[in-house]
Amino acid sequence: MEILSFLAKFGIYAVMLAILIFALGVVTLRNLFHCALCLAAALIGTAGIYVALQADYLAAVQILLYVGGVITLVIFAIMLTEHLAGKTVRQNNSQSPLAIVGSLGFIILIGTLIVKTPWPVNPVALKAKASVLELGQALMGTYVFPFEIISIVLIAALIGTVVIAKKDPQ
Amino acid sequence: MNFIPLSHILIFSLLLFAIGIYGTLVRRNIIGILISIELMINAANINLIAFSKYTSLAPETGQVFALFVIALEATAAAVGLAIVLALYRVRKTILTDEVHLLKW
Amino acid sequence: MQDLGASINMIFVTAKAWFLSLLGLFLPDWVIVLASIVVSGVVILCLGPVIMMYLTLLERKLIGRIQNRYGPNRVGIWGLLQPIADGIKMFTKEDIIPANADKIVHLLAPIVTVVPALMIFVVVPFGTQMTAVNLNIGLLYFIAVSSITILPIFMGSWASRNKYSLLGGMRTAAQMISYEIPMTLAVVPAIMMSQSLSTNTIVLSQAGSHGLNWFIFTPWGIVGFIVFFLCATAECNRPPFDLPEAESELVAGFHTEYSGMKFALFYMAEYMNAFTLCALAATLFLGGWQGPFLPSWVWFFGKTFILICVMIWFRGTFPRFRVDHLMAFAWKFLLPLTLINILITALCYFASPLVGWLLSLGILAVSFSILVKLNRTFVPEKRDYLFAD
Repeated sequence: MEILSFLAKFGIYAVMLAILIFALGVVTLRNLFHCALCLAAALIGTAGIYVALQADYLAAVQILLYVGGVITLVIFAIMLTEHLAGKTVRQNNSQSPLAIVGSLGFIILIGTLIVKTPWPVNPVALKAKASVLELGQALMGTYVFPFEIISIVLIAALIGTVVIAKKDPQ
Repeated sequence: MNFIPLSHILIFSLLLFAIGIYGTLVRRNIIGILISIELMINAANINLIAFSKYTSLAPETGQVFALFVIALEATAAAVGLAIVLALYRVRKTILTDEVHLLKW
Repeated sequence: MQDLGASINMIFVTAKAWFLSLLGLFLPDWVIVLASIVVSGVVILCLGPVIMMYLTLLERKLIGRIQNRYGPNRVGIWGLLQPIADGIKMFTKEDIIPANADKIVHLLAPIVTVVPALMIFVVVPFGTQMTAVNLNIGLLYFIAVSSITILPIFMGSWASRNKYSLLGGMRTAAQMISYEIPMTLAVVPAIMMSQSLSTNTIVLSQAGSHGLNWFIFTPWGIVGFIVFFLCATAECNRPPFDLPEAESELVAGFHTEYSGMKFALFYMAEYMNAFTLCALAATLFLGGWQGPFLPSWVWFFGKTFILICVMIWFRGTFPRFRVDHLMAFAWKFLLPLTLINILITALCYFASPLVGWLLSLGILAVSFSILVKLNRTFVPEKRDYLFAD
């Protein structure tokens, strides 16, 4: 049975590598539609990581909201603002070298911090698994105030989006 | 069970976050910038879930938190894209280099 | 006799267990775990396309009978070999790609359409203990996977570099997104009443009292079933919601530029989606695999078959929706109706049966009439022609 756990770990590392490759595709490809598709693939991969971390409810919600909602929104916006047979313009501005140096510095700095910190891993937490029942009770019990505020924010955003994107009645 | 070390997940989300930062700083297209911001928020979500799984006292904390982040982030993307559409209607372009006049 | 019935009921489960024990004689343990996954996967991969093939034949014969003609009956007795002839035609057609098309995305679009359609088969309960994977978030998995199917429509329409495909693709995507929300909300009462997201548990909570406990025989259940069925018809792009594929208007919508095997994949995905949505409607509202005398999988396929025949009946009967009527129907009628449905489900759960039923029927009648009045279309006044007789 160790072969199965080895295969599972190998699978998790492979999914992480795939997500990183798709993320590099998002920031470097010239065709904007291909970038949006790579983002969709990266988000589906992230849902796989959530399943590996035993957060299966959140994985389903991630696919539903991100791939079914946000990516659709992004693709609609791309389709409404791009020409069909678009000539691929240069997609990166002149800050490329500085940005690469900055990102690498950021990675090195925080990477050393991560590797050196003794994280307090809790073995009880590793075995615990949150069922949908407990999630629902937490959402309606402990966290009911942010829940209600988020519903108000969503209504405000809905109305605001419609108002901003409406055509002027001229 | 088969859990990989916490630091590996944290380094993976750090790399994803750094790729998102590079994309935000470098892209000329406004929708490209919005897409890179999505990547950053996803990296933060992975961090939340990883910490909740490995170190938290209640297993549903991270999931609830990440759920709120996803909802707010969808809101931000919607409003941002509405602004992009309004901008395109006026200026007929969405490249940040060409939208550099405050009033013409 | 009871024993024989029980063993026919579990025939597929015992067959799989026998096969795995046969493998276990000479293979290590971890291979058995993988083999069980592979066996379920292979069964689904074989079942999906076979169901789709005979569904196309059923549709053509039923539509033929509705239109007072025979369906295909030349190839084999009653046309039973017609799907095989169709398959051979699809395989051997030339694969035309437009010269200016985006080749990678053009290739990926049919594949990304078919994979979620097959993935939904995993949570469908075909019989007693015959769900492929008994996920405890089964229904949420189904909703999430069916929301991925919007993405390949964009991919197909954009990659074809064709204005008609783009228009058709955007209309299709708008339709599918609009009808997804009432579909999700129509399922919520079934989840509320059975206290679980797992499809097996939802079927089991409709047990007892000779089928009177099915969710369809309650006020919230009948509304939920009708709304779910209409939204399922819209999600599969079937008539009367098939504006995206309207032949007289948009050539063929987003799959104009596809031919041969790629078109076959789009076609297959549409019929498999229709089958799984009917299967889920039967599971959630009609009691799934429950029924007297016959084995459970016979009941399941029978109920799904009846719902598919109703979908085909819709095709032969109704004219097509106009696009603004389509969107208005989803947003202004079905969505408020599903929200009120959730309210009356909670009423029925907390109040006593009689009070709950009366109150919910009253609230439904009032809200239905209000919604119909609010959605009345604009009828221009009659004109007065002066010079015509």
